[in-house]
Amino acid sequence: MLSSTSGTPIYAQIERQISAAILRGDLAEGEALPSIRTLARDLRVSVITTTRAYSDLANDGFVTNVPGRGSFVRRPDAALVRHQMEAEIDGLFAEAARLALLAEIPSADLHARLTTALTTPEE
Amino acid sequence: MNPLELHGLTKHYPGFTLDLSLTVPRGYVMGFVGANGSGKTTTIKCALGLVRPDAGTVTLAPKSVIGVVLDQPSYVADWTVATTGRLLSRFYPSWDADRFAALTDGAGVPSKRRIKELSRGMGMKLQLAVALSHGAEFLILDEPTSGLDPFARDQLLEGLAEFMTDENHSVLFSTHITSDLDKIADYVTVIDAGRVVTSSTLDDLVESYRLASGGPDDLPLDLSGLVIGLRRHRTGWDGLVATDDAASLGRHVQLEEPTLDDIVVRIAKERAHV
Repeated sequence: MLSSTSGTPIYAQIERQISAAILRGDLAEGEALPSIRTLARDLRVSVITTTRAYSDLANDGFVTNVPGRGSFVRRPDAALVRHQMEAEIDGLFAEAARLALLAEIPSADLHARLTTALTTPEE
Repeated sequence: MNPLELHGLTKHYPGFTLDLSLTVPRGYVMGFVGANGSGKTTTIKCALGLVRPDAGTVTLAPKSVIGVVLDQPSYVADWTVATTGRLLSRFYPSWDADRFAALTDGAGVPSKRRIKELSRGMGMKLQLAVALSHGAEFLILDEPTSGLDPFARDQLLEGLAEFMTDENHSVLFSTHITSDLDKIADYVTVIDAGRVVTSSTLDDLVESYRLASGGPDDLPLDLSGLVIGLRRHRTGWDGLVATDDAASLGRHVQLEEPTLDDIVVRIAKERAHV
């Protein structure tokens, strides 16, 4: 599912969805991903977009790109994943704090909202 | 080898000079955008050898692997679709008659229909069918979507997406309808008044500009030169700035990521004012 109006670049949306599928275990270790060009056709995006998504996923340790053979799912490195998640959470908290300051929402209220979010997960 | 390289191409017409270099990298889609009259069609005609340039070099893939899609088919008006296919097949040893039939008769372009009776959408499909039936590796599209309804346009983009699954295939896609390119173009070259304004990956192009807007007092006169295609109105102003210049406009200015359309329109508007 790609959105062209979300403000997130398409390659980043592809990365996020594939890495999430790997973390959830929907894509098993060693499984082949669609080729860069097949994925570009199916999603109707440019080859450069899918190339960038796959090379970022490889840099982040989620896949291995084997020239001439394709891209394969790697077992995610737990420490690396945790580190990336923490960085993303820090970013989201910073944004939440900015909005809370802007709307003058008290700290206790903000903490309560986090508790609510933790007990009622999305999906 | 790249399917098309133009180096120092120049062509003079009264009141218009084309002067550009352009490379279409193999395996990718190059969008070619600019306002009407910016020189897109002249460039393509020079590339295809239909117009003789005054100077410069043209390196083009062999004719047998080139497919051309124009806004209207340039076949004989009284021929039927089937006759056109039969006659064209003689020029191409690799002609695939079954594929041609599937892409025309099998895709809503009746084989008995005469060229002059085809709708815009059918004309586009016929040209694409010819290109794909003779095994073209490089497609040159000149305003293929002008006058097409959204459904026919979508079919063209789908055909291109399929075409690009082969890494030896390349496309030069000239259009003034920039939304054609929003997703499928790998690279984009923007031309204006016969010259290349910018040529890079689509992502880098969009990154290199910001759409700036502000209140009436937010743009000191000495900074207004940074703004491309500046539009002033009662409650403020807006325009395009190079991302590198964006910070010097001050923190009151609102910055947004431009669309390809914003970039082309503002660049054309800037020249109209000079």
